[in-house]
Amino acid sequence: MNTLVFIEVAEGKAKKTSLEAVSYAKALNGQVTALVLGTADAQTVLQIGKAGADKVLHAPDEKLNQGSIQAYASSILQAMQTEGTKTLVLANTSLGTPIAAKVAAKLQASIATNVTELPDTSAGFVVKKSIYTGKAFSKIELKNDYKVIAIKKNAATIEDNGTDVTATLFSPQLTDADFAVKIVSTEKASGEISLPEANVVVSGGRGMKGPEHWQPIEELAKALGAATGCSKPVSDMGWRPHHEHVGQTGVKVSPQLYFAIGISGAIQHLAGVNSSKCIVVINKDAEAPFFKAADYGIVGDAFDVLPKLIDAVKASK
Amino acid sequence: MKILVCISHVPDTTSKINFIDNNTKLDVNGVQFIIGPYDDYALARAIEIKEANAGTTVTVLNVGPADTEPTIRKALAIGADDAVRINAEPSDSFFVASQIAAYAKDKNFDLILMGRESIDFNGGVVHSMVGELLGITSLSPVMKLELEGNKAKLAREIEGGKEYVEANLPLVLGCQEPIAEWKIPNMRGIMSARTKPLQVIEAITVNTGVSLKAFELPPAKGAVKMIAADNVAELVNLLKNEAKVL
Repeated sequence: MNTLVFIEVAEGKAKKTSLEAVSYAKALNGQVTALVLGTADAQTVLQIGKAGADKVLHAPDEKLNQGSIQAYASSILQAMQTEGTKTLVLANTSLGTPIAAKVAAKLQASIATNVTELPDTSAGFVVKKSIYTGKAFSKIELKNDYKVIAIKKNAATIEDNGTDVTATLFSPQLTDADFAVKIVSTEKASGEISLPEANVVVSGGRGMKGPEHWQPIEELAKALGAATGCSKPVSDMGWRPHHEHVGQTGVKVSPQLYFAIGISGAIQHLAGVNSSKCIVVINKDAEAPFFKAADYGIVGDAFDVLPKLIDAVKASK
Repeated sequence: MKILVCISHVPDTTSKINFIDNNTKLDVNGVQFIIGPYDDYALARAIEIKEANAGTTVTVLNVGPADTEPTIRKALAIGADDAVRINAEPSDSFFVASQIAAYAKDKNFDLILMGRESIDFNGGVVHSMVGELLGITSLSPVMKLELEGNKAKLAREIEGGKEYVEANLPLVLGCQEPIAEWKIPNMRGIMSARTKPLQVIEAITVNTGVSLKAFELPPAKGAVKMIAADNVAELVNLLKNEAKVL
């Protein structure tokens, strides 16, 4: 089936999950058209082609550099119409999900968010999505001709055997109503690795005893090329910013490798990390429930173990 | 000001999830149901706005069968003025959004608040669908909401930070912490909730585009491999050569 993929761009570059969305769409065996809104470089367009897009529509309008949900949804609807595509695939993010919802409501499309793998098309079109905050999955059939699929990170592997494509200029017709929400400013931790997109995450909990003791967590993260996270009490006490809170009511992560340091492993925290491929728990309490959910565990004081671990990671490079 | 708060009726965050009837139904045995934690934040912010602005009314709405009524009464105990239950199984997000939109269409709510997502199906789309169906602006996930007359100043959480935005009422917002502190009902609230109006209305017909095939639990985790605290090099070795994640 022919598919439109909405590409999320940050500082001119395509987000990783968006490239996964392109490869996901490619696996649906049809023409894949990617839509890029706002400033993006030629390299990004090539990358999207490599990931599997047959065509890249680009609307370089600077007004689209800010993530305006309504303007993006309107642009996507217009692109779906001009390209004659009935399926939209995008990344399940703070921008992608509201857009998916608007497009689906407008088109009365079948929608699934938090999709974790390629569809089963042996009987109908059945997708698997994560539910109960990672505690379970559901398989649902998308019955309508129009379909909207928002994928979680790692739902598809990014391919790089696609063709070279050049951007086709796309000029959506947008009105003031599309920009009714005024984006005043954005506050973003710069230079850091984005937590939801990271392959490795190092999280600290109450066992770190205070915000002034975060340096070894950050150093280990740096040595691993990892993002830093934390448990809910740590963010509630203001030791770490709210966007680092990993768990049921915070960020859900699905990295290759998750380090939990000084986190006991309350079920609400586990809900945010249980789709990680490999979990390492370091805790001085051998009875900490987190060990039951871990692949590897070390019983020990974080302040003793971390410096040694940082050295061992550095030595292994 | 008129505020509608839509709440979900979901298993407590500590619930163990299991399925019955050939993996097509949640096993509710031993499961405690609560107001969705994100919806609870939305409700708390609505009550704060009501307390700060005389003449404000807060209506809570739930799409669900009769057994959600204790959850609805709890929302009334927290401080909502009246409640509506749309009598239907909340089968999918478009169905729920259509019910909310049909109810709200001619009621002129200034704010329609709910959680960023329900913690059972985690769709995270109902608020934006309601906005689209009603033709009013929607935003999510909102972590701060301040009102200045007809204008709302909001903070929306984005990956790795926040986005500060301004928009005019009416608005549909998907809320999350730290928009407000959860409120715990007091004795007076609990007593008065018993007599506050709870209207039950029948659902409209919606052509829904999805159907459930089956639920599934994640594969069981293997046993944890313990490593001595003075042998971290072994951990790095295992991560590299056994788990192959480094």
